[in-house]
Amino acid sequence: MNLLLVAPILLPMLTAALCLLAWKSVRVQRWLGVAGSAALLASALALFAEVHGRGIAVSHAGEWAAPFGITLAADLLGALMVVLGGIVGLMVAVYSLGSIDEGRERFGFHPLVQILLMGVCGAFLTGDLFNLYVWFEVLLMASFVLTALGGERAQMEGAIKYVTLNLVSSAIFLAALGLLYGLTHSLNMADVSLRLAKLNYPALENLLAVLFFIAFGIKAAVFPLFFWLPASYHTMPVSVSALFAGLLTKVGVYALIRVFTLVFRDDVEFIKELMLVVACLTMAVGVLGAVAQMEMRRILSFHIVSQIGYMIIGLALMTPLALAGTVFYLAHHIIVKTNLFLVSGAVARATGSFELKKVGGLYAAQPGLALLFLIPALSLAGIPPLSGFWGKYILVKAGLESGQVVLVVAALAVSVFTMISMMKIWSEAFWKPHPLGLTPAPVGLLNGPIAAMAAMTLLIGFGVEPMMQLAQRSAQQLLDPQNYIQAVLEARK
Amino acid sequence: MNTVMALLIGMLYASGMYMVLRRSMVKLIIGLALLSHAANLLIFTMATLRRDRPPLIDEGETALAAPYADPVPQALILTAIVIGFAVSAFAAIMIYRVYQTTGTDDLDQLHTTDS
Amino acid sequence: MNSLILRTTTGFLLSLLVLFSVYLMLRGHNAPGGGFIGGLTATAALTLYAFAFDVATVRKMLRIDPLSVAGLGLVLALVSGLPGMLGGDAFLTSRWAVLALPGGTEIHLGTPLLFDFGVYLVVIGVGCAVLLTMAEERGE
Repeated sequence: MNLLLVAPILLPMLTAALCLLAWKSVRVQRWLGVAGSAALLASALALFAEVHGRGIAVSHAGEWAAPFGITLAADLLGALMVVLGGIVGLMVAVYSLGSIDEGRERFGFHPLVQILLMGVCGAFLTGDLFNLYVWFEVLLMASFVLTALGGERAQMEGAIKYVTLNLVSSAIFLAALGLLYGLTHSLNMADVSLRLAKLNYPALENLLAVLFFIAFGIKAAVFPLFFWLPASYHTMPVSVSALFAGLLTKVGVYALIRVFTLVFRDDVEFIKELMLVVACLTMAVGVLGAVAQMEMRRILSFHIVSQIGYMIIGLALMTPLALAGTVFYLAHHIIVKTNLFLVSGAVARATGSFELKKVGGLYAAQPGLALLFLIPALSLAGIPPLSGFWGKYILVKAGLESGQVVLVVAALAVSVFTMISMMKIWSEAFWKPHPLGLTPAPVGLLNGPIAAMAAMTLLIGFGVEPMMQLAQRSAQQLLDPQNYIQAVLEARK
Repeated sequence: MNTVMALLIGMLYASGMYMVLRRSMVKLIIGLALLSHAANLLIFTMATLRRDRPPLIDEGETALAAPYADPVPQALILTAIVIGFAVSAFAAIMIYRVYQTTGTDDLDQLHTTDS
Repeated sequence: MNSLILRTTTGFLLSLLVLFSVYLMLRGHNAPGGGFIGGLTATAALTLYAFAFDVATVRKMLRIDPLSVAGLGLVLALVSGLPGMLGGDAFLTSRWAVLALPGGTEIHLGTPLLFDFGVYLVVIGVGCAVLLTMAEERGE
């Protein structure tokens, strides 16, 4: 069990170290990246099997007991997220073989991706709030460099916004940690949860909850705090923006789920109402922003924002069904969104641009790629029987059960608009002939990861029953954190 | 002492925010550094300011004797300072690069990627 | 910079400073010091060397790329956590061995020392990589 918990953190670290040792040889680094990501996925699957079969796994680094040492803990949600991280990592590693330019590879693209994956897995597995901060910084540092790597003008402009807002978020997170430590004298999440339950300072708790919400909200890109995302994601190379789109904002959502199901459970009615409003506005503003865009990656970036709103709905409603919906949506969204970014890269490779006005003719030339675009695109919009439909269905049902009619109407309207922008990409990039009459070039290797992820989307869509059971079990664990707390505080080997 | 610290932290936050909101990139970086200093001092203050014995177990004892200083916040701050140092170093190099590629220090000029 | 005094003294200072950095690293387990501060001292020594001579000399002296030094350090730090797991304990659980020297001196060797050495190398590697790259850019 100890090995399973540290492996998803150690394997990317080892891969990054080996890449650094092979600094001069880009070829070796490339294959190390693929092998390391594959090993990460394998270890993540092993961890998931363990957690699924035997319940929450806990390990205390250096055998220092719970509230004092560094705790690693994986419940179903954490293990599932690590698996998704492994999938995205592997797909992006394979995709980058055919898409990333050698200049970026020479300046450390491969080790940086691995360090980012290490940070992401660490954030999913840690049981300690300060460690969460440290893992956030690890993944942020890697992402900062990846954002700026290459040094094109647009990239640098995007990078400065990305870096600034994420640093502000980190500073707020750190301040919130300080206040929480002053209040509870502990930072182990399980321990803090118990101690907060005994204290009675509703005003302070609400203040802390809001601070955490803002800190993680910036990272998750919720409504008034999302502007860094559409300003920067479309400036990076596709491999990088696909990785970011799949994982980074979702780390923020994961942190929100963790903190608001484990640490702040009572006395925070205020934040629940705030979350409902924020979720609605995030969905609506994101999708409206996307409608106005004519560049593929900008459209997709705005849709990330909009989809984050759906995930926040489940968290705000906090019923078992709603939370299961959020978990389901997370899994669906990570795969679909990464895939759409990968497709946008393939389209640009084939036709030479990301601007919808300048591309076209892909359906006639490459019907296979067109089909591979349709699967995630329709899934994102929520067409049955694809995965996005089930995610939305569960959330809408949970919303109706809680009597949140406005929320349900907003969610349904947003999915119509999502459909509109997906159809915009379809008709401009695939259906209409190329404006200059060019024949799109073949994209070769890039099809591989895209097809694999489309298959996963279909798998979630058609195998919805087991996936839903998993989401429900995970929601149960989240809503009744006693097991998690017990596992962390009493674990001995 | 707490009042003095509170005022100091407040001032750091205020000046940090003011600097972040300026148009110059250099001031932006200074502002971010000030914000992280403010957060570090906040942790330091929140862990109660007291003169106590260092948290070391005496020879022959098995537990800490009663009034001892809490070592955790210092460890937290040390970690946060190291991270903040690395981030500031990166940010400084980044704005230098941005300046090289765009030829301006004015953040208002950097709006071509906004939607 | 081209100063005879600096060049001559740096030759002596480099070895002294690196020795001091190793001393700092070794005493770090129970006393002030440790891999991080030791690494910084060593980086400072190498930077001084780069001042006195030039960046290319330092690169030649290091023999391998600074980032590879960092990679080696990462691997060492990672490996230091593994022996503890062999006995079924968690990652990073420390293991100690006592090396008895003739004359009654005992040296405690353990995995934390290896970890510190890993950190030492990472700090040297990353520090040198950053500083040397920046210095080279200046020189262009």
